[in-house]
Amino acid sequence: MSKVYETVIGLEVHVELASKTKIFCGCSTAFGGAPNSHTCPVCTGMPGSLPVLNKQVVEYAIAVGLATNCSITQYCKFDRKNYFYPDNPQNYQISQLYLPICRNGGVEIETAAGKKTVGIHEIHMEEDAGKLVHDEWEDCSIVDYNRSGVPLIEIVSEPDMRSAEEVIAYLEKLRLIIQYLGASDCKLNEGSMRADVNLSVREMGAPEFGTRTEMKNLNSFKAIARAIEGERTRQIELIEEGKKVIQETRRWDDNKEYSYAMRSKEDAQDYRYFPEPDLVPIVINDEWIAEIKARQPELRTEKLERYKKEFGLPDYDAEIITGHKKFADLFEATTEICKKPKKVSNWIMGEIIRLLKENEMDPEDIKFSPVNLAKVIELADSGAINSTVAKEVFEEVFKHDIDPDKYVEEKGLKTVNDAGELQAVVEQVIKDNPQSVEDYRNGKEKAIGFLVGQTMKAMKGKANPGMVNKILKELL
Amino acid sequence: MANIISDETIEYVGILAKLELNEEEKEQAKKDMGAMLDYIDKLNELDTTGVEPMSHVFPVTNVFREDVVTNGDGSEATLSNAPSMKDSGFKVPKTIG
Repeated sequence: MSKVYETVIGLEVHVELASKTKIFCGCSTAFGGAPNSHTCPVCTGMPGSLPVLNKQVVEYAIAVGLATNCSITQYCKFDRKNYFYPDNPQNYQISQLYLPICRNGGVEIETAAGKKTVGIHEIHMEEDAGKLVHDEWEDCSIVDYNRSGVPLIEIVSEPDMRSAEEVIAYLEKLRLIIQYLGASDCKLNEGSMRADVNLSVREMGAPEFGTRTEMKNLNSFKAIARAIEGERTRQIELIEEGKKVIQETRRWDDNKEYSYAMRSKEDAQDYRYFPEPDLVPIVINDEWIAEIKARQPELRTEKLERYKKEFGLPDYDAEIITGHKKFADLFEATTEICKKPKKVSNWIMGEIIRLLKENEMDPEDIKFSPVNLAKVIELADSGAINSTVAKEVFEEVFKHDIDPDKYVEEKGLKTVNDAGELQAVVEQVIKDNPQSVEDYRNGKEKAIGFLVGQTMKAMKGKANPGMVNKILKELL
Repeated sequence: MANIISDETIEYVGILAKLELNEEEKEQAKKDMGAMLDYIDKLNELDTTGVEPMSHVFPVTNVFREDVVTNGDGSEATLSNAPSMKDSGFKVPKTIG
């Protein structure tokens, strides 16, 4: 009989904070600047330069800690982690080892297996490293220090997860909390949220954990799920063959769906941590914590309740819309303009989600302005354009953020409500389709649908279908 | 000297510090490090019961900056330190990952 194995997973999640400047200097954190344009002596580790801590970074870290039920370390400090690598110009990273800013928290997740709490061991603040680009033509790498000194928090979970499904639920929960707090945009594909997976397997019911490996280079939820499945299988195979799992760091290659050993514990780094002498300790008093708590924006659970109560949205709509900060922001901004929450919700639940899927985009990629969505809703609601035209106009809004009023005007898409003009077209349609007319007169009610369709086609979709129907019935 | 630094230790510390020492330098470093550890032993003779570990020499806390961009394009000054350069970046031997 084959043995049953349990997968034990803990996560280290790095999140780039949304501050305008780096953690220890006044350089911009904007993404995509020319190489090395956002650098200064501090973030390139020049001798004699001194770091000064960005207050906003501490406040974001505290906010995330509070929202994940952590206790805040009221006397906290930084430490130096020493290592040599070209992406790290100081030859050390300023991080926190002994007194991380947040400890002992947790978040509740829900999967098909039910509800459970995933513990958070700690959250610490640290600086990001530079970016290495591997040259395609020459045997060299090129270093850009724009990212060096960008503030990060590292959220270390307890080994509480047992499946890829739980890992994804945990990451989605963290992402939603952090996005709602405005502490980061948490984009996995751009690296503003990065997850390292610590995984081991053990026989079901075994008291001890197995030997774990750490997997890096996971930049989508799908890659994470595949990597967990791949690593679980690899470890079980080793154990079944009587071999040992080696404690090591592995790099996941999502194209090959296989992980490669990067370094084993034998040459594990000795980071020689020591207290950072260039930065003074941080004292976080109760008033400061209370202030940050008071400033906390509405999080998902509260928003969900409010959408149902205040706007009368159905459970399902409220769940989907609050499930992405971008949807919630769009919903609120558009509703604010047009005061038609149910209509806005319908557009998000319908056309917007459809177009996102069709274009393989994430909600975060939405570029159009709520003003233009509100205009489409107004145009459709007032009967100025019919629903088919509204969808066409909205596609243009979605793609190019056009002004719907102008677009409808220029393209002449306004619904024709002029009975005289419609009557002429309907008469022509009746003349051209004697068979359908006869069918209708012989009691085939459905034939009128075809005639309405023909009229709409002749009007290039701009007719008011209700009026067409009425005129047809009168004439027949 | 009470503390004797082994050849393995000095070798390991050399690797961590990315230093290549010749035999003579190794012997000198062993002596220096031994002397440092002797000094630490001396400090350890003190009774520090009830004394909070010191995290900084100055009794100062909470020195912060506001989150305002104060630095402009620093690429010229930064790159002037590059021994070798390519595409506005520091050119280094090929690295993995």
